Amino acid sequence: MKRYQEAAAGRRKGKKNTAKLRLAVFGALVLALLSVSIFAEWICPYDPNAQDLSNALQAPSPAHLFGTDRYGRDMLSRVIIGSRTSISSTLILVAVIAVGGTVIGVVCGYFGGILDTVIMRISDICLAFPGLVFAMAIAAVLNGGVRNAVIALAVVSWPKYSRIARSQTLAVKSTDYISAARLAGSSPAGVILRHILPNIGGQIFVTAMLDIGTMMMEIAALSFLGLGAQPPTAEWGSMMSGGRSMLQTYPWVVLSPGIAIFISVVLFNLLGDTIRDCLDPRNGNRSAG
Amino acid sequence: MKKYVVTRLLLLIPILFGITFLSFAMMRIAGSDVVLQRAEASGVTLTPEVIAAQRTELGLDQPFLVQYFRWLGGFLTGDLGTSYVSGNDVFETFLSKLPATLLLTGTSVLLTVVISVPLGILSAVKQNRLTDDLIRFCSFIGNSLPNFFVALVLMYVFSIRFPVFPVISSGVSLQSAALPTLTLAIAMSAKYLRQVRAAVLDELNKEYVTGARARGVRFSVTLWKSVLRACLVTILTLLALSVGSLLGGTAIVESIFMWDGVGKLAVDAINMRDYPMIQAYVVWMALIYVIVNLITDLSYRMLDPRIRLGGDAR
Repeated sequence: MKRYQEAAAGRRKGKKNTAKLRLAVFGALVLALLSVSIFAEWICPYDPNAQDLSNALQAPSPAHLFGTDRYGRDMLSRVIIGSRTSISSTLILVAVIAVGGTVIGVVCGYFGGILDTVIMRISDICLAFPGLVFAMAIAAVLNGGVRNAVIALAVVSWPKYSRIARSQTLAVKSTDYISAARLAGSSPAGVILRHILPNIGGQIFVTAMLDIGTMMMEIAALSFLGLGAQPPTAEWGSMMSGGRSMLQTYPWVVLSPGIAIFISVVLFNLLGDTIRDCLDPRNGNRSAG
Repeated sequence: MKKYVVTRLLLLIPILFGITFLSFAMMRIAGSDVVLQRAEASGVTLTPEVIAAQRTELGLDQPFLVQYFRWLGGFLTGDLGTSYVSGNDVFETFLSKLPATLLLTGTSVLLTVVISVPLGILSAVKQNRLTDDLIRFCSFIGNSLPNFFVALVLMYVFSIRFPVFPVISSGVSLQSAALPTLTLAIAMSAKYLRQVRAAVLDELNKEYVTGARARGVRFSVTLWKSVLRACLVTILTLLALSVGSLLGGTAIVESIFMWDGVGKLAVDAINMRDYPMIQAYVVWMALIYVIVNLITDLSYRMLDPRIRLGGDAR
């Protein structure tokens, strides 16, 4: 056991020391990714929607680093412009479920009663469906589109945040200082804003950061199924789906957006893991194991 | 234990109502008017009188809740209507495709166990060594790969570059099951491996492991005879719980590899906006998911003597 504890303690200490460095590196990389998507129009070497049929399905070359698709559109430009749709929809989705789920969870946990019971039963039902199956059905009912894909995934994913926020609120609510604040005449809104939210915010933030990669893959999956971005909008999932039939002869049409998704998900996951390590008190120097 | 089973089953009732109600309501909100859809499919223009008559015949003029209970009655007797596209019985079609999906799920779970249980244990035992770091790196990469991308890459490598496996599955055979199984197992192993590692580490950090060491018991004996036996139930439970995420994943993978199961059926139905079919898929997948989770939960309690003998631990 000693062996494991020592190793674990050493690891934690090491982790803490490298965590700041990793935070800087991965933070910078994610910022770079975000800037690519923000300044996409200025970065891409060609007009992403300009068709040039005489240059259709060119293999990757110095002129077209990622090759061209069947309409002769430059793949690199389309991947760059596609980052805008993919990344912005992911970030909006995560923000919506994190904020919405937390508000619902805190209100349920703080006030309790019949509202709490009803909302928690609803979240039970949402959790009873396998996630992507339910999201697919909702997106199909809403007739596709990026916005509807985001809505569908939001409906499926909020209960996770509500659960965390609710249980954390319940834990914080039973502490003495909350009772003291209430005795001193703080209103419920004051207690929630000043004491509960700051206490649970860290955990929600970490959960949200760790969720970005997964959500990006799920949005891309819905788009891949034709339930997200519609052509000619460049979006990584739908670009892959559009190139599927050409996999045999022109693999770059499929592989380049796929690699773009993979790299983005890796970067967000690395950043999420690092932020968790930085904020997790168990990684502090105090704990000697 | 008996009390727990009863409460658990009672709690299931509102959830089942919720699942069926949501599935029903969703498709109604979609504005899928059976009469108009059918008319559109057959290409005939109907007069308003005929439409009204057909609607009465199908009970579409009834209040929403009445319609729901009629649908629920049909659901319980295995009647979920007919497909807008093919005109076939939805439930029968679903049942005929289910074995293929169950087979794919089964092989994926098996491969996942073969990959992740040994690697997870190894990773825990070699904690923070090179082996552990390598295994965790692979798991991290696996976790960051969307399964449709894995599917297409595998297809490109093993069907096109080095034609070992068929591009399009020709019927349900082991050879055509290989790539879809591998795709699903990669995603699942990446997650499950971490859980196995955490479970084994948890057990390794317990005091009896030190005690055994102090008494000079060989580490391998402690590991195989005590630690792994103690984690077995947890490991099995986590496996069963991850079957749920597998159910959603099968849809995309099946449709990429043309595997003729319910997942491909659902994707096709979504593309055709065949609402009764989508409805059947959603409601049955949710039902299977709930039942798997229930059985897992109950057998966990049954298998773990700490809970079984301790009475109602909850």
